[in-house]
Amino acid sequence: MTLTPFTPATPTFLPGAPLRGPRPLVAPAPPLPTQADISREIAARSAAADRDRVGGLPAPAHPARDYTPYRSSTPRHPRQPPVEIDHLADPEAVELTGPAFGVTDVTDLDADLTRQHPGEPLGERITVTGRILDRTGRPVRGQLVEIWQANASGRYAHQRDQHPAPLDPNFTGAGRCLTDDQGRYTFTTIRPGAYPWRNHDNAWRPAHIHFSLFGTAFTQRLITQMYFPGDPLFPYDPILQSVTDPAARARLVATYDHELSCPGRTLGYRWDIVLDGPSATWTEEGH
Amino acid sequence: MPRATTDPAATTDPATTTDSAGAPAAPLPPTPSQTIGPFYGYALPFRGGEQIAPAGRPGTITLHGLVRDGDGAPVPDALLEFWQAGPDGSLTGAPGSLRRDPVTGAVIGRHGLDFTGFGRVPTDADGRYVLHTLPATAPAGHPDAAPYLAVCVFARGLLHHLFTRVYFPEHAEAHAADPLLSRLPDHRARTLLAHPDGPDRYRFDVQLQQTADGTHEETVFLAFR
Ligand SMILES: [Fe+2]
Repeated sequence: MTLTPFTPATPTFLPGAPLRGPRPLVAPAPPLPTQADISREIAARSAAADRDRVGGLPAPAHPARDYTPYRSSTPRHPRQPPVEIDHLADPEAVELTGPAFGVTDVTDLDADLTRQHPGEPLGERITVTGRILDRTGRPVRGQLVEIWQANASGRYAHQRDQHPAPLDPNFTGAGRCLTDDQGRYTFTTIRPGAYPWRNHDNAWRPAHIHFSLFGTAFTQRLITQMYFPGDPLFPYDPILQSVTDPAARARLVATYDHELSCPGRTLGYRWDIVLDGPSATWTEEGH
Repeated sequence: MPRATTDPAATTDPATTTDSAGAPAAPLPPTPSQTIGPFYGYALPFRGGEQIAPAGRPGTITLHGLVRDGDGAPVPDALLEFWQAGPDGSLTGAPGSLRRDPVTGAVIGRHGLDFTGFGRVPTDADGRYVLHTLPATAPAGHPDAAPYLAVCVFARGLLHHLFTRVYFPEHAEAHAADPLLSRLPDHRARTLLAHPDGPDRYRFDVQLQQTADGTHEETVFLAFR
């Protein structure tokens, strides 16, 4: 947030005259919005999206970048619409291909976030697995998946995380793996805790795991967040609610899958991911 | 679009409607983007991420710049990724950007023999980034194409990443025929041009939003379909 310089309405001193008392250099920070303020804004954006859907417009698959209930978006979104590049009209675009990763880029330990320290981390051990597909249903094979998350208490191993919850010396919360031939990734980790943040008063992020994904093309690059089913914080969170289409929002929520639970060790969650964006292989196949 | 099945019990969800070859009859709905947030710093940046070209390799260029928001303030928590064709025009890339030490697990970085084509740089507390790479090359088979670096921008406050491109002033002739640059007005196209500011050194700023006083033109961002 930028503080605007304080400008007095009337001059409080004349040139050459002594200053009377300290002059404030900046205005005090405005009070944070309340959850009720933010919830009202979320409801308004959701209602507008519903009207668009009923009116026959396709539901947006991604958040609008100018989603004001998430305050940090205000100075950080472009005002001009993006310039469209059609992969059929411009099949030589570099972005229709993308970086490659391999076995040298990961170690086995990276995919098990509970084994990266001498001791066992605190919290509920979970298995998170799923498949990564492109929009044609093709599995994304041998690609890099990266995750990061808070510990069981809702604290990141990051110097700037000021949440006064305990750090866990046995948990960092960063993991990597490569997808297999079916496009499958698997992580063993700890269920992260919810955490407070300063978007508004009494703001809490629902528990989530950050995911970073590569497809077969740079156009398919995705960074997103996976949520846990049934979290009561969903309606209050402007970041999740920035996805205004309920069906699209549901795609960010993992499913509890008892078959994936490891007896005596972890609870299993399934989360499949579909990467947006065209790739060079589409052009070759005439998609 | 024809349905693959006439079974009335079959779901009409495109995610599970497939043709005989097993491909979906309609494109699968994508997983939505969410912001990178403020705390990716211990997970995504890696040692040597800014060094696509091995240190000391002749012909290396330095690309640097500032990421700014609509208030004109530097963005200290952005992450920039770069992707480019290899020196031979190849677009296959190569593994090994995050090469690991199998003993300690530490990232030891590229060995410098293969050109991976991929770079990742977080902005520093001043909102600046620096990248060392080889000059952009045109894809193989298209020697007349205007070379560029593809860029993906992530930041706290940005709910969905942004794509842009860095073109270089040496290729002015090719720019006239470039399918993107040729359809942009001059003042917009200029936001995609790196400015030479020293030997083998270029500056490329990313302006996430036009400032109110108009001093900083918003960068052209791209959407692919
Ligand atoms: Fe987070």
